[in-house]
Amino acid sequence: MNIYQEELLDHYENPSNYGTLPEPDISHEEDNPLCGDKIRMDLLVDGDTIKEVRFCGHGCTISLAAASMLTEKIQGKSLEEVKQLTRDDIMDMIGIPLGPVRVKCALLALKVLKAGAYGIKGWPGEEDE
Amino acid sequence: MNTSDYRPLDVQAIREDFPIFTDSSFAYLDSAASTQTPRPVVEAMDAYYDTYRSNIHRGIYRISEEATDQYEKARQKVAQLINAQRTSQVVFTRNTTESINLVAYSWGSMNIHQGDEIILTVLEHHSNLVPWQMLAQRTGATLRFLEITEQGLLDFTQLHDILSEKTKLIAITHVSNVLGTINPIQSVIDAAHAAGAKVMVDAAQSVPHFHVDVQQLDCDFLAFSGHKMCGPTGVGVLYGKLELLEEMPPFLGGGSMIRSVDRDISTYADVPAKFEAGTPSIAEAIGLGRAVDYITQAGLASIHVHEQELLKHAHQQLQDIEGITIYGPEPHQKAGVISFNLDGIHPHDVAGILDTYNVAIRAGHHCAQPLMKKFDVIATARASFYLYNTIEDIDRLCDGLRYAQTIMIRRNK
Repeated sequence: MNIYQEELLDHYENPSNYGTLPEPDISHEEDNPLCGDKIRMDLLVDGDTIKEVRFCGHGCTISLAAASMLTEKIQGKSLEEVKQLTRDDIMDMIGIPLGPVRVKCALLALKVLKAGAYGIKGWPGEEDE
Repeated sequence: MNTSDYRPLDVQAIREDFPIFTDSSFAYLDSAASTQTPRPVVEAMDAYYDTYRSNIHRGIYRISEEATDQYEKARQKVAQLINAQRTSQVVFTRNTTESINLVAYSWGSMNIHQGDEIILTVLEHHSNLVPWQMLAQRTGATLRFLEITEQGLLDFTQLHDILSEKTKLIAITHVSNVLGTINPIQSVIDAAHAAGAKVMVDAAQSVPHFHVDVQQLDCDFLAFSGHKMCGPTGVGVLYGKLELLEEMPPFLGGGSMIRSVDRDISTYADVPAKFEAGTPSIAEAIGLGRAVDYITQAGLASIHVHEQELLKHAHQQLQDIEGITIYGPEPHQKAGVISFNLDGIHPHDVAGILDTYNVAIRAGHHCAQPLMKKFDVIATARASFYLYNTIEDIDRLCDGLRYAQTIMIRRNK
């Protein structure tokens, strides 16, 4: 299947929850050193529940569409649930097979989100295995 | 440039040597990263594995002597290709990167000290940058950089400002792997020698594409890789001036690189064995020797002219595409490499969509992050050519780029 299908392109062109939050409880940004893509995620958290989420940054279709889809997925979820998200969840969400280089693009948003949720910098993510 | 062996390439006949081009619609435009392999090269390696596979140098039986003979013949062919005075000046390594690291460790540890300066250019591939950074960190030496002009040409005038008695080495790429810029290395070498400095040339993107004569250049070291010249992966070359190689300490210790070994001390073999510890990539060296025959038979002058034609056609056709930015100099000042970006489309997406269109190009920083920063881009798309590419490949690239634009920019308008 072609990776440039309608759903991904829709997210790329009209991303959900794009922007920043004025006073986020969690804000984190990381880049993909391979291609320089950069994503920032801002979260407003009530207790353990994600009330609002925004992302911004620059990157290819896959990295931005994955970020957009991820923000939809986590709205209203708990931080604990975010911590449980895996590479497979992202690949299911994207819904099409990706080569190893593009998998890193797809996982960038999750890497940023988890590093933010855990409150640590440079979360290694699940991208390498 | 020597054009004495020029005759037009029979590209269709050449393509028949490459099984991967049985699919004639496949446009492979990433030879600057790695070339395809013609059948004769694979067959030469198969012959080793099928009929005389054995270790080299010390076998007292027929097939080991044959393997040794073929391995050393490959060295002779490489020496002839670059016009080395002696065959022993050709050291087989794994690749260009290992060749440069060999010099940085072995020559560098003897000759570079605190306060010394090494001059590089912003065009360098990480392989001709990071080993010198590591050497500078070990020794307290300083790295200086030659910049480029807006056209992507080396700012040669700047060399006289930074070249001094502190300069011990200039490490410079012959051809930029990103922009294709052909550097004026003859002038750089002459200036360096006048100042008493040595010169290491990264020839990974030049030796496969046009005549490089190490005696004429008078370079001190020169490195290149087999897999960028129709040879296999896993074999590369370091050329060095004999007196330098002879005085340098070994890089790796082990078998083959010794004359005699006692418990506490060893004496080392002569060059090039001194730098070839352990069992080398025998099949790959033999494959490289065959690849040298292959590109020599096609003719390096012919390859260069063919690539120039492709490059001119590519520049003309690409310039007609709306929203394209081409980086680097005009075709006559560069080798068969063209880096570009399309407005509003990430280079990863350009390459991803081209892949669905049966066109293989590279997208990313091309192991040249300082150069990307200089051009203030995160990444570029890059197409590169070799003797088997055709005008049709380039037209397919251009069609693919327009297709990418219809997919990615359709609703923004």
